[in-house]
Amino acid sequence: MVSPEDIYVFLEEVKDPEIPVLSIIDLGIVRNVEQLDSTWKITITPTYSGCPAMQVIEEEIKIRLSKEGISCLVVNELSPAWTTDWISAKGRENLRNYGIAPPEHEVDKSVLFSAPTVVPCPKCKSRSTKMVSLFGSTACKAHYQCLICLEPFDYFKCLK
Amino acid sequence: MEKFNYLLRLGDDSLILGQRLAEWCGHGPILEEDIAMTNISLDLIGQAISVLNYAGDVECKGRDGDALAFLRLEKDYKNLLLVEQKNGDFGDTMMRQFLFDAYRKLLFERLQSSTDKQLAAIAEKSLKETRYHFKHSAEWVIRLGDGTDESHKRVQNSLNNLWRYTDELFYVDASDKVLTKQGILPDLSDLKSLWLQEVNTVLDLATLQIPTNNWQFEGGRKGVHSEHMGYLLSELQFMQRVYPNMEW
Repeated sequence: MVSPEDIYVFLEEVKDPEIPVLSIIDLGIVRNVEQLDSTWKITITPTYSGCPAMQVIEEEIKIRLSKEGISCLVVNELSPAWTTDWISAKGRENLRNYGIAPPEHEVDKSVLFSAPTVVPCPKCKSRSTKMVSLFGSTACKAHYQCLICLEPFDYFKCLK
Repeated sequence: MEKFNYLLRLGDDSLILGQRLAEWCGHGPILEEDIAMTNISLDLIGQAISVLNYAGDVECKGRDGDALAFLRLEKDYKNLLLVEQKNGDFGDTMMRQFLFDAYRKLLFERLQSSTDKQLAAIAEKSLKETRYHFKHSAEWVIRLGDGTDESHKRVQNSLNNLWRYTDELFYVDASDKVLTKQGILPDLSDLKSLWLQEVNTVLDLATLQIPTNNWQFEGGRKGVHSEHMGYLLSELQFMQRVYPNMEW
């Protein structure tokens, strides 16, 4: 007999294809797992509307569960909208070790020309860094550079 | 029918502007802005997927988001004339984006309280992305307007050329009024004054002037488009027209 807890253990092995150190559980995009008659309904939520990783993640969920002989239906639900607050503490630590700075508490985005968020360098931990661009290699990241060790790095930007 | 019509307007605005911004890929003035514009494009295309898929469900004729995006004729697209205008230079693109973002931010804030749960959910999701887009475009309008003589002159020219498409942002017809009665569309009657207030604040900082010639164009909401639309669609639809039902 498969329990919801088992399903979560299997899903822990499904990673974000763009950030392979981050499981979809740590990313906080699995909303619910529920047993229907002969299948499981997995409800997920997108990080960004156009994130191309979502389709891959849906496929990976189906592949992982089919290895256990479990069939599933993956449903996307938009509300409540995903926020970076849902990334787990373990996920944040994994991001940092991977060289991506995890989300920091950010100032109000509605203020124009507000000072960029201070983001510590994931390599040397210095707080002396600069934002290079609000936008980065994927929709969820901004581009920063460390002024001490000069490492350019991705910052997983805060979304609230 | 009214709801389908409204969803097409909302989805087509995202789709067509997303397509326009994607044209910048590989052509941005600097690498960071190339990436910024294509990131924003991706958000817009994502919003278009959500809205047009939902439009397909509402229509109940077996068309999904892809069929709606790729297989309609020009007159069946209901996007604003503003979003189909050519990219021009970087200032033109930022001004077009700014005028649009300011409108969409206010619109999504309102649509969150729609009685239609799916529309409210799409608005809630899209609003977070739109706030970020607005910050980017508004800051560029200020930098360019309050920049050098050359950048000021050029972005003032962008504003002069695009202003004529802004009344259409607030286009309302009988179909919308039906939706308002049903609570699907919240009251949007003060949207224009709020938008003007927001736009004026930024244009003041940018030392730019709203043109005094207020001749306005509209047509997109009714499917009557400018001459640029056909070229845009021929590129957007090319693969599906040449290789029907192709997937990748």
